[in-house]
Amino acid sequence: MTSMSASPLDLTSPEVRNQRRGRFWMRGLRSLGFGAVIGLVITGLTGQSLGTTMVHSICIASMCWFFIDVGRMPLARWKHRNAPANSPEAESHWPGWPLMLVIVVIGSILGFMVGGTLASWLTGLPMPGYLRGSLRQTVALVLTSLVPALIITYWFYSRETIAAHEAATQVAERQAAENQLKLLESQLEPHMLFNTLANLRVLIGIDPPRAQAMLDQLIAFLRATLSASRSASHPLEAEFARLRDYLALMELRMGERLQTRFELPPELANLPLPPLLLQPLVENSIKHGLEPKVDGGRIEVRAVRDGTELVLQVRDTGVGLAGTASDGTRFGLTQVRERLATLYGEQARLSLTACDDAEGGALATIRLPLPAPGAPA
Amino acid sequence: MQARALIAEDEPLLAANLQAELERLWPGLETVANVRHGAAAVESALALRPDVVFLDIRMPGLSGLEAAQALAEDWPDDAGPLPVIVFVTAYDQYALQAFEHSAVDYVLKPVHPDRLAQTCNRVQAALKARQPNGHPPDQAAAALEATLGQLRHLLGTPGLATSTAAPAPKLGVIQASVGNAIHMVPVGEVLYFEAADKYVRVITAEREYLIRTALRELIPQLDDTRFWQVHRGLVVRADAIATAVRDESGKVHLTLRGHKDKLVASRLYAHLFKAM
Repeated sequence: MTSMSASPLDLTSPEVRNQRRGRFWMRGLRSLGFGAVIGLVITGLTGQSLGTTMVHSICIASMCWFFIDVGRMPLARWKHRNAPANSPEAESHWPGWPLMLVIVVIGSILGFMVGGTLASWLTGLPMPGYLRGSLRQTVALVLTSLVPALIITYWFYSRETIAAHEAATQVAERQAAENQLKLLESQLEPHMLFNTLANLRVLIGIDPPRAQAMLDQLIAFLRATLSASRSASHPLEAEFARLRDYLALMELRMGERLQTRFELPPELANLPLPPLLLQPLVENSIKHGLEPKVDGGRIEVRAVRDGTELVLQVRDTGVGLAGTASDGTRFGLTQVRERLATLYGEQARLSLTACDDAEGGALATIRLPLPAPGAPA
Repeated sequence: MQARALIAEDEPLLAANLQAELERLWPGLETVANVRHGAAAVESALALRPDVVFLDIRMPGLSGLEAAQALAEDWPDDAGPLPVIVFVTAYDQYALQAFEHSAVDYVLKPVHPDRLAQTCNRVQAALKARQPNGHPPDQAAAALEATLGQLRHLLGTPGLATSTAAPAPKLGVIQASVGNAIHMVPVGEVLYFEAADKYVRVITAEREYLIRTALRELIPQLDDTRFWQVHRGLVVRADAIATAVRDESGKVHLTLRGHKDKLVASRLYAHLFKAM
């Protein structure tokens, strides 16, 4: 997962910045709304004049919002810079609760004082008591601004966290669907399909029994391809059978240019394997190894046990890796790596190396942890 | 109508079937060679001089398009007209569009007999049109120029002959190994690049280097306004060319500034050399 795992949102893009700005002002508007609600509640509880109370609470609420939300920014940026790249912290504009509590306390006190002063100036009434050290009004400060500020901050935080999670889930789902489509497209490659059909069409005329056998293999291959993404695993034996179907179709097409060899020790035949895990490797061997080679060559698919690991190898005697770095081999390899990472984490590895023996070609090796003895296969 | 055909198709069953279908639909057509890869197609065509060649697009070694280019460039002047070229492909999103655009004849696999009969008729018409009796030579020249135009169009089609990948960063220096030293040769000093087997010869005014990069990989890394491809195996720095003289066969002979080498641009690239 190199390019694909990069954050789905580019944090510096103008689009993202606009979204951020939009959310900032939305929070401001909502805070004004809360101020109005608090003003109504206070009017109801104390019987003070509605107009004056509303001006006070809206001024105070907007100032509290302003100091808290603006104060959050440099701290979030500071956190952002110190977080390791690609970690969730690096992508969030949330500085974390401990820092945020400090900002809420300072921001709401500042907001209460500045907002109160602003409201007094607007209404022409004398400065409120808390600026003169009145205990009663200091308690009022805590009740009417600090507590709501905390609640509202928590509310904004959880709302946006949920929204961000939902967006991330959607992006992940879309990527999964796209990957599956690409996988299908790569396996049901039209060029392969039409060439196979062209061969079958010829074979029907000259050798019907063989044509029927080939058609059965094509059907088995198509069925396996279409259902591979839906079942979690199948026995190694079944994996080899599907690769045989695929390579039999290729043998029909390539004639003497393709030889195949399979090695599957009977004691490994029932080990579970994600369906068609090896398919992209075999396909790469054909497409980038043997098809470009005038004389063709051999593909060997092998399973061996190495201590606590299952080693799966696909080797070809094709043109090797020199010319393939720039073209389409990466999708197949990336896809195998991603599946391995999802299923086995760090315990599975895929490597692709050039063979430097006389026959040349390429060797792809997958190492998987063997299931613990006695575990159900 | 009698004619001689060459078939190049890497899949043996399909090759045999195409031959059988062609002979059934066109009894006068004799298949003089049925080969499995592009290089064999060029070699047999130059030796046997068929009237029509069927070239599969995806073949090992040379692709069908590269084989067509080689034929157009290497076809001897005294060998009569260039064979009629018909491309064969199973599926290729780039090829089909390009074929339609440049009016090249093509056959899709699986081959449909009706469609193949159509192709046979068209090839017969093209062969009749070029028969020497009564046709002035300039008409033959026009036919050749039309074929070259089609090939030029195909060779310029992204995804078919050229890469669809993002443009490669341009090279500033060529790193050539000489003994155990790497020589850094500024591209501005290179007079021309010439393909030689698996290598490319890099010629400067002073000396010559060999690099392992294939010409096909090198070309996208060169600025195509400064470096002109003039043959499938030859790329020349445009401002190093002193004169260009076209001969009667359509090839263009180039002389260089400050270098004795004489180069030949093929008919496919002759259109680059026109007076302003």
